[in-house]
Amino acid sequence: MDRNTKKAWLYLLPSIVLLGAFLVYPLLDVAVYSVEECFNFASQTYQGVGLYNYAYVLHDPYFLQAVQNTFVLVAITVPLSTVLALVISTALSSIRPLRQLYQTIYFLPYVTNTLAVGLVFMVLFQRTEYTDGLVNLMLSWFGAGPIDFINGPHWAKMFVLCFYTIWVVLPFKILVLTSALASVNDEYYKAARVDGTSRTRIFFRITLPMISPMIVYLVITGFIGAFKAYSDAVALFGTDLNAAGMNTIVGYVYDMLYGDSGGYPSYASAAAILLFVIVLTITCINLLVTRRRDGGEGGAAL
Amino acid sequence: MNIQLQNLTKRFPARGKKAKGEVTAVQDLTFTVPDGKLVGLLGPSGCGKSTTLNMICGLETPTAGRILFGEEDVTNLPPELRGVGMVFQNYALYPHLTVLQNILFPLENLKGDQRPTRAQMREKALQAAQLVQIEDLLDRRPRELSGGQQQRVAIARALVKTPRVLLLDEPLSNLDARLRLQTREEICKIQKTTGITTLFVTHDQEEAMSISDFIVVMKDGVLMQQGAPQQVYDDPANLFVAKFLGTPPINVFAGEVKDGMLLLAGQKALAVPGAPDGDVWAGVRPEGFVPDPEGPVACGLSRVEVLGRDASIVCTHPACQGDTLRVILRSEHEVDGAQGSVRFALRPEKTFLFDRSGEQRLRFGAGQGA
Amino acid sequence: MNASEYEKKRQALRRRENLRKALTYLFLSFWAVVVLFPFYWMVLTSLKSYGAYNSEYLPVFFTLSPTLENYHNAFTAVPLGGYLLNTLIFSVVTTAVMVVVSTLAAYAFARLRFAGKDLLFGLFLSMMMIPTELVVITNFVTITNWDLRNTFPGLILPSITSVFYIYLLKENFEQVPDELYRAAKVDGTSDLKYLWKVMIPICRPTIVTITILKLIECWNSYVWPRLITDDPAYYLVSNGIQEIRENGFGRENIPAMMAAVVVISVPLILLFLAFRNKIMEGVSRGGTKG
Repeated sequence: MDRNTKKAWLYLLPSIVLLGAFLVYPLLDVAVYSVEECFNFASQTYQGVGLYNYAYVLHDPYFLQAVQNTFVLVAITVPLSTVLALVISTALSSIRPLRQLYQTIYFLPYVTNTLAVGLVFMVLFQRTEYTDGLVNLMLSWFGAGPIDFINGPHWAKMFVLCFYTIWVVLPFKILVLTSALASVNDEYYKAARVDGTSRTRIFFRITLPMISPMIVYLVITGFIGAFKAYSDAVALFGTDLNAAGMNTIVGYVYDMLYGDSGGYPSYASAAAILLFVIVLTITCINLLVTRRRDGGEGGAAL
Repeated sequence: MNIQLQNLTKRFPARGKKAKGEVTAVQDLTFTVPDGKLVGLLGPSGCGKSTTLNMICGLETPTAGRILFGEEDVTNLPPELRGVGMVFQNYALYPHLTVLQNILFPLENLKGDQRPTRAQMREKALQAAQLVQIEDLLDRRPRELSGGQQQRVAIARALVKTPRVLLLDEPLSNLDARLRLQTREEICKIQKTTGITTLFVTHDQEEAMSISDFIVVMKDGVLMQQGAPQQVYDDPANLFVAKFLGTPPINVFAGEVKDGMLLLAGQKALAVPGAPDGDVWAGVRPEGFVPDPEGPVACGLSRVEVLGRDASIVCTHPACQGDTLRVILRSEHEVDGAQGSVRFALRPEKTFLFDRSGEQRLRFGAGQGA
Repeated sequence: MNASEYEKKRQALRRRENLRKALTYLFLSFWAVVVLFPFYWMVLTSLKSYGAYNSEYLPVFFTLSPTLENYHNAFTAVPLGGYLLNTLIFSVVTTAVMVVVSTLAAYAFARLRFAGKDLLFGLFLSMMMIPTELVVITNFVTITNWDLRNTFPGLILPSITSVFYIYLLKENFEQVPDELYRAAKVDGTSDLKYLWKVMIPICRPTIVTITILKLIECWNSYVWPRLITDDPAYYLVSNGIQEIRENGFGRENIPAMMAAVVVISVPLILLFLAFRNKIMEGVSRGGTKG
C-alpha cells in the first residue's frame, strides 16, 4: 500500500468505522434478528430459525391496525399535500411583492420541533371538560357539533393526524416546487403569450410537463416519508399509540423494541423489514408508472 | 402592411433596492418598417432593441407613444390579437413536445370560428414545415435537433398562424459561424418567399448589413440612424454609427479644420471645403487610404497581413485614436513592407468629419451628401 | 373589430387580471394564517394565566393581562433548563464531530487518489438508501450491550454520520480547481494544511449550510433519544416535552406547557431567520424532513 492510499484510508477511517458500526452492521444484523425465533433479549438466546416472527407480526391485530392507519395516512396526505403544494407554489410564483415574506412564513414549520408544535395542535383540536377548544368553536360557527379530535372517534383522530402531517410536510414541497417553477425559462412563457395561450393551457401544457421530474421526485419521497410517519402521531396522541388506535408501522416497530410492550427485537426486526418491503414495492411501482408515462407521451399526447 | 413606431418610449422602474427612479430603455423612438421588407434593428447590447421588439409583439406596454400596424393602432393590444409571430433567442421550443406538436401549438390556442379543424391544422403545420425544410423531423423532440434545425422549427412555429409581422430576436446568436452564414441566407429566402414584413434584432452589424433591406441603428434607447445598409455605411450620421458599422472598423483621428483644410497632427491631410474651423474627429474607412509616395499622411508601418483577396496594412499615426490603424488594399504589392513608413492620400468620400462630441456630422465638399 | 371594441376587451382583460391577483393574494394570505396560527396560539396561551385560561370555556383570541408566570413555572416545576442544556450539548457535540468526520471523508474522496475509491464511494452512496428504521433496532441493542444507555456517548455516536453531507461536501470540494492543489504541493504544503488553509475557507458556505441543517436535525431528534434514554436527567427537548405532557404540570396546565413549547421553538426559529437563505437553499438541494 503506498503512502497516498494509506493517508486516504486514514482520512476515511472515522466515517468508515461509524458507518460500519451503526449503519452497515445493523442492516445485516436486523435480518438475522428477524429470523431468530423467540429471541430473548435478557438471556440473548433464541429457540430456532424460521419465519415465525413474521407470522406473529402479520397476525398481530396491533400491527394490522398500524398498517391500516399508515396506508390511510399515505393515501390521503401524499396526493393532497402534493396538489396543495403545487397550487401554493404556482400562486407564489405569479406574484412579486411580498413573495419573500410568504416564502419565509411557509417554510417555518420545517424548522419547528414536531413534538412541540404537535402539542399546540392537540390543544387546538382537543375537547376537554373545561373547554371545547378552538377548532370546535370554529365548527360551531358553522353549526357543526363539538367533536373531540384527540380522544374521540377514529376518523376525527385520523383527520387531525392527516392535517398535521400535511402542515409539517408542505414547507419542503413548496420549496422544491417553487424553485422548480423558477427554473423554467421565461422565454417559454413569452412564446406562449405571443401565441395567445390561455392561462390554464399554459399551466397544463407547459408548466406541468416542465416541472414533472420534480413532481415525480416529490411523490416518491412523499410516499417514503409518509410510510415512516411516527412522531407526528406521538405528538398528537401521546406515546401509547396502540391504546389510541392511532399507531403507525414505525410506531409498532419502536413499541416492540421498547416501551410498555417492548423487549422483542425479533418482532421489531420482522416488522421493520416488512415496512421496508412495502416501501420498496411502492417506490418501484411509482418508478414504473412514471417511466411508462414518459415513454408513451410521444404519440398520444395530443 | 407597414409597421410604424411613433415617439415610442419605455421606462422601467430601477432594479435593486437602493436604486431609485426609473431607467429609460427606449427614448422617443420613431421609425417605419416598410411593407414586406426585411429590417434589421441594430445596436450594442443594452441599447433597447429587445425592449423595442417586445413592445412591437405586445409583451411590454410602452410608457408613451404609439405602434401602428398599417392603419391600425395596436399599442395596447395583447400579443395574441396583434397577429405577430416571434422567434426567440433561445428558440423557446417546448422540450416535451415533438416538432409537429410545437408547430401546432399556436393553432390549438385559437378559439371559436377562428379555430381550424384538425385536418386544416395539420395541413398548415406541414406547409410551414415544408417552407423551412424540416418535413423529415416532425416526430423528433427539440433536444434531438441541431441548433440550426431548432431555429427552423422556431421559425415554422412563428409562421404557422400566417402572422402579419414576423419578429426575430437575435436569430443567429446561438449558431456557430458556418451555420450562421447559411441560416441568414435561409431567413432572407423565407422572407422573400412569404413577403411577410419582418423585423429582426441583432448586435452583429455584419449580420444586419448582409441581409437587411433596411437597417435601424440604436444606442442607449435612442435612434441613431436608419436607411438602406449601404447608404448608412456610406453616409453615417454620427461618430457612433460610423464606428459601429464596418469590419475592420473605421479609423478615427483627432484632427483640426483650419481654412477648409483638415490637419492631422498638425500636417495638412485633406482639403475639406465648407467644413467649419475647429477641433474635429476624422473617421477614415480602411478602404479610404490610397498609397502615394507624395501623399500627405505619413504613417509608421507595423506589418502587412495578406488576406488572400486583399491585404491589410497595420500602421501607426500620432493622431490616431487607438494604437494602430488599419488600411485595406487590393494587394500587398501596393506598399513596400520592408520600409519603416508609408504615405497615403485620403479619399474624400471615405472620410467623415464629426464635431468633438461625436454627435454632429460636419459635411464638406460636394460628394458628402445632404 | 374597431377601436372601442378593443378598448372594451382590454378593460375586461385588465379587470379579470386584477381579480385574479386579488384572489391569489387572498389564498396565499389564508394559508399564511393557517401556518402562523399555531405559533400565535402557543405564544398567546403561554401568556395567559392558569386561572384565566381555564375559565375560558370559549377560547379567547387575545389576552389583556399577559403574564410571564408560566415561563417561570416551565423552568422551575419541570427541569426544562436541564432538557435545553442536554439538547445543546448533544446538538453541538454531534454537529461538531459530524463536520470533522465528514470533511475528512469528503476530502479523501474529492482530492486524494487511492485504490478502490470509486467502489468505496459507490458503497457510501448506496448507504443513503438505508432507512433509519431498519438499523435503529440493532443500534439499540448495541448501545445497550455497551452499557451506554443514558449517557451522552450513547446518544451521540449513532447520530454522527450522514452520508448525504459527505456527498454534498465532496461535490463542493471537487469544484475547487486542481491547480490550487498542485500549487500547494509544489510549495510543500501538507494535505492537512491544504485542507485547513485552502479547501475549508473556499467551501465555507457549504460547511455552514450542513452545520445548520445538522443542528436543526439534532435539536428536533426524537426517536433515538427516546429509545436510549429513560432517565429524565438525559432527556432532550423532544422527550422532555413528551414527558411534560404526560407527567409534568399535571395534564391540565396548558399555559405552562405552551410556555415550554415556546422556549423550545424559539432557538430554532431564530436560527432560521438568521440563516434563512442558507437553510432554504440547503434543504432544496436534497434534504427531507426526518
